[in-house]
Amino acid sequence: MSELPGDLKYTDEHEWLRIEDDGSVVVGITEHAQEALGDLVYVELPEIDQILTSGDGLAVVESVKAASDVYAPLDAKVTDVNEALTDAPELVNSDPYGEGWIARIEPEDRSVLDELMDADAYQAFLEKLES
Amino acid sequence: MPFIPHTEKDIHEMLDAIGASSIDELFDEIPESLRIQHLDGVPAPINEMQVTRLMHERAAEDAGALSFIGAGAYEHHIPAAVWQVTTRGEFYSAYTPYQAEASQGTLQVIYEYQSMIASLTGMEVSNASLYDGASAVAEAALMAVRANRKSKSRRIVFVGGVNRTYQKVAQAIAGTQGLLFDELPFSTETGLADLDALTSMDEPPVAVVISQPNFFGCVDDVDALTDAAHALGALVIGVVNPTALALLKPPGQWGSNGADIVCGEGQPLGVPLSSGGPYFGFMTTRQSLVRQLPGRIVGRTLDVDGKPGFTLTLQAREQHIRRSKATSNICTNQGLMVTAATIYLALLGEQGLARVAASSHRNTLNLVAAVDALPGVKRAFATPVFHEAVVQLDRPVAPVLAAMAEQGVLGGLDLSADYPELGHALLVCATETKTEQDLQRYFETMQSALTADSSLRDVS
Repeated sequence: MSELPGDLKYTDEHEWLRIEDDGSVVVGITEHAQEALGDLVYVELPEIDQILTSGDGLAVVESVKAASDVYAPLDAKVTDVNEALTDAPELVNSDPYGEGWIARIEPEDRSVLDELMDADAYQAFLEKLES
Repeated sequence: MPFIPHTEKDIHEMLDAIGASSIDELFDEIPESLRIQHLDGVPAPINEMQVTRLMHERAAEDAGALSFIGAGAYEHHIPAAVWQVTTRGEFYSAYTPYQAEASQGTLQVIYEYQSMIASLTGMEVSNASLYDGASAVAEAALMAVRANRKSKSRRIVFVGGVNRTYQKVAQAIAGTQGLLFDELPFSTETGLADLDALTSMDEPPVAVVISQPNFFGCVDDVDALTDAAHALGALVIGVVNPTALALLKPPGQWGSNGADIVCGEGQPLGVPLSSGGPYFGFMTTRQSLVRQLPGRIVGRTLDVDGKPGFTLTLQAREQHIRRSKATSNICTNQGLMVTAATIYLALLGEQGLARVAASSHRNTLNLVAAVDALPGVKRAFATPVFHEAVVQLDRPVAPVLAAMAEQGVLGGLDLSADYPELGHALLVCATETKTEQDLQRYFETMQSALTADSSLRDVS
């Protein structure tokens, strides 16, 4: 297992969030998630300006053997999506924390961000899953 | 495909292996309260001899008459080779085979079918078929809600003139999943959809269902309807007669951008009427919406040695992978009917299908022109039709049809109960199977039914 980036927040659905300087939040799936899914063949992206309630489907990641929902971690509006994934879904496999980002959202309630796991907590969460 | 029966011994060995005492025990997790104790309207079991007798009696009720009824299911000539080939043991299964290594022939037939239907409808992708035309409309409605994520609406609008049986089935299947259905008016003058009713809708629907030809056989202005629906932000579901597509513009070319989802009843393509089924539904769409398509899809690919082959594809849409979020619970299809349709289309070819369509069109026009000359009978709409038309009488339809049936002619479908606004109306259809003598017989039978029945003329 590679090192988890320390500047990200993590959810127990294996999604990561990066809080940007402008207050927006970039969402993707973790290294653990992409490894479990295998080679992605398709990413269904949300619509820009789509309003999401926490727990709504934000995206669908589809591999040759499975399709999984990526859930909105908090109430938010979609402000940007990673169009590159339409033609190159494998970016999620090769660079889950960088080029493989999925969407940028504008959170409604920022306090939820504080409740998410940091890298250490997520690392512990993963170890507990594997034990 | 070999048939391998289970013996009692096999069943017990399998149950022993998993530690269950009976097959019923496998369903223990379903609470008693949720189990149906009996099904209303399902008669007690009868044996094979009794079933055979019953079916022969039922079939005899339909047999022998000269039928001029269409209304969704159409009598066409089926070349003998179609069912001769379809019922070969190698093809004789309703299932979509998932074992590509053992099923290349069947998979190729479905692939050819998909290619033909996509080409006929002018769309990019087709599934491997659905149960019938009506359930295909319901599936198209559900697909439209998934696909049109920009729309907040869950309302599906049928323009006036779409087959009401399809509307009822869509309501029954998709109404329980939160979809709402509305029907817009049609013009009783022309039999066509009311375009203004669509353009003036206050709340844009998620999808608009447009049929071509419509239930009355009329050829609608699908270009204007499609553009109006798209202007509302709705997806367009085209419901089409596949035979008509040999002559009419395919839905992929309707309006400026074409229909988004196309479906319909596949029965006219080589499937006999057989008292109402089995038939099959077809469905095609744009490549960009393929992941929302229900049902199975066969794709062409290369095997490990680089040789072309066929396999099921895009299975992540399906229930064995996506579970409750699958695009449908249809994991098999009407494979046998589809095999017949594929052979039918291959035998007829583009020109053959166009001849069938043109001949049906001509027969219907000739029939309607003939009866229109009878006193008390008139063609309802001056609108162009495909191979079906509405005829109005000056008296109640049912006794006239009954008198014709006594002389062995099924004179059409009585519309008066479903469409009272059309008066004493019936829907007639004359496909290519009807000869000039048949049309003459219809004319004479109707004439004599009207003469014998002149006391019933409605003078109002």
